Amino acid sequence: MKPFDYTRADDLQTAQRALHEGGTVIAGGTNLIDLMKLEVMTPGAVVDISRLDLNDIRDHDGGLYIGAMVTNSDLAADLRVRRDYPVLSRALLAGASGQLRNKATTGGNLLQRTRCPYFYDRDTSCNKRTPGSGCAAIGGELRNHAILGTSDDCVALHPSDMAVALRVLDAQVEIESLDGTRHLRPLDDFYRLPGTTPHIETSLEPGDIITAVVLPKPTGGQQSYRKIRDRASYAFALVSIASVINARDGKIENIALAFGGIGARPWRDTRVEDMMRGQTVDDQLIQKAGDLLLSDARLLEGLEFKADLVHRLLSSTLTEAVQ
Amino acid sequence: MTLDLKLDTPFEDHRADQLPQGILGHEQDRPDGWLKVAGRATYAAETDPDGLLHGVLVRAPATGTVMLSNLAEVEAMPGVRKVMSHPKMIRNAAQGTANKAPVQGVDHADYVGQPIALVVAETFETATHAAHALIVSVDGVVKPATPDEVTPEQPDDKQTILGDPDITFADADVLIDETYTTPAMVSAAMEPHAATADWDGDTLTLRGALQMLKFNKNELADSVGLPSEKVRLLAPYVGGGFGSKLGISADCVAAALAAMELGQPVRVVQHRRQVFEVNTRRSETRQHIRLAASKDGKLVGLGHEALVSQLPEEDFSEPVIQGSHFAYAAANRKLGLEIARIHRPAAGSVRAPGESVGVTAFEIAMDELAVATGVDPVELRLKNIPDKDPESGKPFSSHRLESALKQGAEAFGWGSRPDKPRQHRDGEWWTGTGMSAAFRVNMVIEAEARIVLSESGATVQSDMTDIGTGSYAIFQQIAAELLGQPMDQVTVELGDTRFPPGSGSGGSFGAASTGTAVWLAAMEIRQQIADRLGCAEGDLTLQDGIATCGNTRTSLGDLLSDEITGHGHVEPGDAFEKVRQATFGAHFAEVAVSDVTGEVRVRRMLGSFACGRILNPRTARSQCHGGMTWGIGMALTEELTHDRRDGHIVNRDLAGYHVPVNADVPDLEVLFVDERDDWAGPMQAKGIGELGICGAGAAIINAIHHATGARIRDLPATPDKVIAAMTKAGY
Amino acid sequence: MNTNLTVNGRPHALDLDTRVTLLDALRDQLKLTGSKKGCDHGQCGACTVLVNGQRINACLSLAVMHDGDEITTVEGLSSDGRSPLQAAFVRHDGMQCGYCTPGQLCSATAVLDEIARGWPSHVSADLEGPVELTREELAERMSGNICRCSCYPGISKAILSVAEDGTVHREAAE
Ligand SMILES: Cc1cc2nc3c(=O)[nH]c(=O)nc-3n(C[C@H](O)[C@H](O)[C@H](O)COP(=O)(O)OP(=O)(O)OC[C@H]3O[C@@H](n4cnc5c(N)ncnc54)[C@H](O)[C@@H]3O)c2cc1C
Ligand code: SF4
Ligand code: FES
Ligand code: FES
Repeated sequence: MKPFDYTRADDLQTAQRALHEGGTVIAGGTNLIDLMKLEVMTPGAVVDISRLDLNDIRDHDGGLYIGAMVTNSDLAADLRVRRDYPVLSRALLAGASGQLRNKATTGGNLLQRTRCPYFYDRDTSCNKRTPGSGCAAIGGELRNHAILGTSDDCVALHPSDMAVALRVLDAQVEIESLDGTRHLRPLDDFYRLPGTTPHIETSLEPGDIITAVVLPKPTGGQQSYRKIRDRASYAFALVSIASVINARDGKIENIALAFGGIGARPWRDTRVEDMMRGQTVDDQLIQKAGDLLLSDARLLEGLEFKADLVHRLLSSTLTEAVQ
Repeated sequence: MTLDLKLDTPFEDHRADQLPQGILGHEQDRPDGWLKVAGRATYAAETDPDGLLHGVLVRAPATGTVMLSNLAEVEAMPGVRKVMSHPKMIRNAAQGTANKAPVQGVDHADYVGQPIALVVAETFETATHAAHALIVSVDGVVKPATPDEVTPEQPDDKQTILGDPDITFADADVLIDETYTTPAMVSAAMEPHAATADWDGDTLTLRGALQMLKFNKNELADSVGLPSEKVRLLAPYVGGGFGSKLGISADCVAAALAAMELGQPVRVVQHRRQVFEVNTRRSETRQHIRLAASKDGKLVGLGHEALVSQLPEEDFSEPVIQGSHFAYAAANRKLGLEIARIHRPAAGSVRAPGESVGVTAFEIAMDELAVATGVDPVELRLKNIPDKDPESGKPFSSHRLESALKQGAEAFGWGSRPDKPRQHRDGEWWTGTGMSAAFRVNMVIEAEARIVLSESGATVQSDMTDIGTGSYAIFQQIAAELLGQPMDQVTVELGDTRFPPGSGSGGSFGAASTGTAVWLAAMEIRQQIADRLGCAEGDLTLQDGIATCGNTRTSLGDLLSDEITGHGHVEPGDAFEKVRQATFGAHFAEVAVSDVTGEVRVRRMLGSFACGRILNPRTARSQCHGGMTWGIGMALTEELTHDRRDGHIVNRDLAGYHVPVNADVPDLEVLFVDERDDWAGPMQAKGIGELGICGAGAAIINAIHHATGARIRDLPATPDKVIAAMTKAGY
Repeated sequence: MNTNLTVNGRPHALDLDTRVTLLDALRDQLKLTGSKKGCDHGQCGACTVLVNGQRINACLSLAVMHDGDEITTVEGLSSDGRSPLQAAFVRHDGMQCGYCTPGQLCSATAVLDEIARGWPSHVSADLEGPVELTREELAERMSGNICRCSCYPGISKAILSVAEDGTVHREAAE
């Protein structure tokens, strides 16, 4: 690791001041330290927010207010989450390991970087790590890469499971800016696509701190999270699907779907949901939904299989929901 | 005195069955287990000499001539003591039993990831950062990095043709003619390679993560330019090896050179990513297998031609066809191995080199033959068991495949299996069963051991290692049994080259080779006790500290006013010329395959093994669990990905290279065939650690076929490949 | 940077480079080498320790972040190294090379507690119901601890045996 100054923030103001002076936030550290060890990330100052009072989960407008420092374990085990937002519990429990979930935080999980192996390898070119250096992944070995939302400069995947569930739940991110003001931003506007600037991943401004994630009132319906991976546990998703579906008599009344393992950001496509609303689930509808979802997919060599997996997950999820 | 034994003849006297202490052959705790659960077993990076410096290896980012453009600046960083790019540093770990330095040099990188410098600093943090700060530029042409880019070598001594295989293949009633591929794999032992080197101006003492100290000592001495007597190696506890620690590794040589140059102890621990790159990997293989058979499944011809890869100037090549030489009878045979010289990290031995991948592919082909002929897979194997070595005509020293197959089939409940695939569905999960046979050559390596017996008990010493294989337990048992001591009266000291040279751990030969040396050392002590009592050794009974000879009973304490030392020495002899010796077994697996996602879950697995006498069923079972789990990894999850452009290992960490985790592994049942192989020495015991992996993956792949009707020929069977195979099969 | 850690009940005042991980502080500064480094990147679990009773990967945490924390390593699981769980690992051969073993033991200790608190897992059929300690539940929860020697059957048996009888009989295990 490059030497760095370490400050433990006792309140948000101290944290923001430190950030203002160029610091980088550390929460659980499970992603930041990983990357700092490889000197893929080299902050000169690290601001520890792990002791800030941001670790409660409380009722909020019929929904839930989840502090940014709530650990993935605590969030998954929260009784309200288990009851009202099971897709979120399921997604969290499908990620990483028990040890990591004890450390990983809600804010940190949202902001974890891609697992593209070339991003992790300082000896190869990567536009995300070193803007303008090129993308070694394209033309190389692709597997944990995206097929949607990618660009010629970057095909990296957002690896989070939690964020996929949050997207399907219409979560909002609460952000405190340098000037001390807080605002809510829908997760749908939070992540940026790579375009020509893959190093810019979110709409956060310098000095912004995520203080919470806010969930709207539960909508009921059938919730599920299914993740396909290369081994039974402790592996990132090849493809995953989060769903909240209200169906009656084989007909979809309301539906939200989000996908992991395929997008440059946790993927949701409301066109697909709009198309399915009010329809009867049958093979044709499933095929149409998959085709629409993947209409812009870029299936580079090595990633073709993801399209098939998406269709299959879609099919089983929809079929189960209307049964 | 020494009791020497050359293995030339069979041992028909089963002494170990007649000994009264009741320890050998029974379940016993590992004596080292108590240290391990307490966190008190110290591995290579866990001593802390005064003045310890920390070294970190630096890799080449590409192949070609290496330049370190800011060496002086990095060396001037606070806390940095040295940036060493020493011509004696090694390119990659030595091959097993090399006994001399591997390829050396740092001014040229032959593969991406080659260690080309060592940064030494006062702390680990400083050294790591300085290693990152070193700018390594390489001017070189891109070298061939995929097997298809080169014309492979075809060594004469690796080609066998018997009878007329081509005509047999053309005329056969039934012909299976398929190509199977296995990816590159790695050992991924949990303890990263590490070395702590100390130089006192005369002698180099190095604590390392090594499997074969007597060879490693010479390899290190040769690498750094010291006479071998001036090197002492210590490896009392080793956190797994599986072949990756057979030869001296880059961390050891670099630590030694730095310690000698700086006059201070230096520790070098390979970063996990380096563990993937700078030691040795298992080569990927492409295997063309042909089985020509009669309608009822009797083999008339077999072909097994494999392509593997290796870095230039390395002797080893994955001996893919090793098991096929003796597994099945067939008069017409074509076996061959080709080696593509390419610039990927060096290939070397990984658990059961050869059979692990060779038997696995062959046993998938055998399943295809079973399907094609309609002969039950177990029956098919039974039909083709040779009555002598099918190529040399030598008799087998002992051949218990039939028992292993029958006993395994019975215990697994194989008989109730439907012949046809796609017969059971459990929700979205198809379930099915598969089996394979297991074959592995058996080896003995020269080994020595010493036992000192005194009033206070016995101490066994050898430079043998225990890499998890159970050496501590087994040697304790052998000595306790022969010397009539309770277990806790026997201490075992291993992993120090000041002790007599054992076999080292590798090729499953440790327990049988060094174990036999321990047996001989104990026998020599028995002889001395018998002499003192004036009776023949064969008439002497030693039990619970009492020596009985005819009618006289003497307490050993009374006999042992002084220490008695026994020294045992075993070496391979003519036995290997006279007989074909191997271990045999059978694997059975039940899997569930998701019709939706292509995910495969192993629901249960049973292995039935014939490896001669089982010295400690508990540690033996654990070894088999290990092999079978590696079979799960080979079948389903493990694959090293090389970048197609420069051959570098893309997924060189434990998040990208998927070794099986707990949730991938069901309860594994292990059965042993009650076997004594007289040709295997006075204990009639053979190797065990590797047989469990040979063919294990095939049982799973064959079970996937039985469950779904889809045949996987390109391992591992990841969800995407299973779906593709199901689609191809029309489902 | 000054940092106070209580490790296995003993207080330690350390002056640390901010870059030192909790794992390296334990191994290199406090000479508690029971906690192992298998990957240094959260990918193996060999470094698992308990911090204020919860299991974490000590390699992915900075020591300075733990000022005032209570840390338990394998050395602190029992005074004599022969707790019921430790004894069960020996009895059921839940180890071969032993390198992953300290992490397995710390993890198992926490898993039993997590189950007692009713935390669900990825394989729990019902998120809200009580958790039953089956082999499958245990395997999922222990999957953050890789054992390349592949002692999973022994590890699982050892943990289940302790969970079932509460204790393993000392005499029997020795
Ligand atoms: C081996 C391994 C396997 C894993 N497997 C999975 C998996 O299967 N699925 C999955 O989803 N994840 C997985 N993860 C990733 C894991 O979930 C993340 O590392 C974790 O969620 C990050 O949270 P953290 O609190 O530790 O983040 P940190 O490492 O502390 O921070 C991550 C980033 O977020 C920033 N940050 C953190 N908090 C805030 C805040 N409040 N405001 C502003 N910026 C902030 C930091 O500056 C940093 O850039 C795995 C990780 C590892 C190491
Ligand atoms: S895909 Fe993106 S993260 Fe990966 S190498 Fe290319 S630019 Fe970097
Ligand atoms: S060393 Fe921490 S998880 Fe591997
Ligand atoms: S005992 Fe060797 S890695 Fe687990």
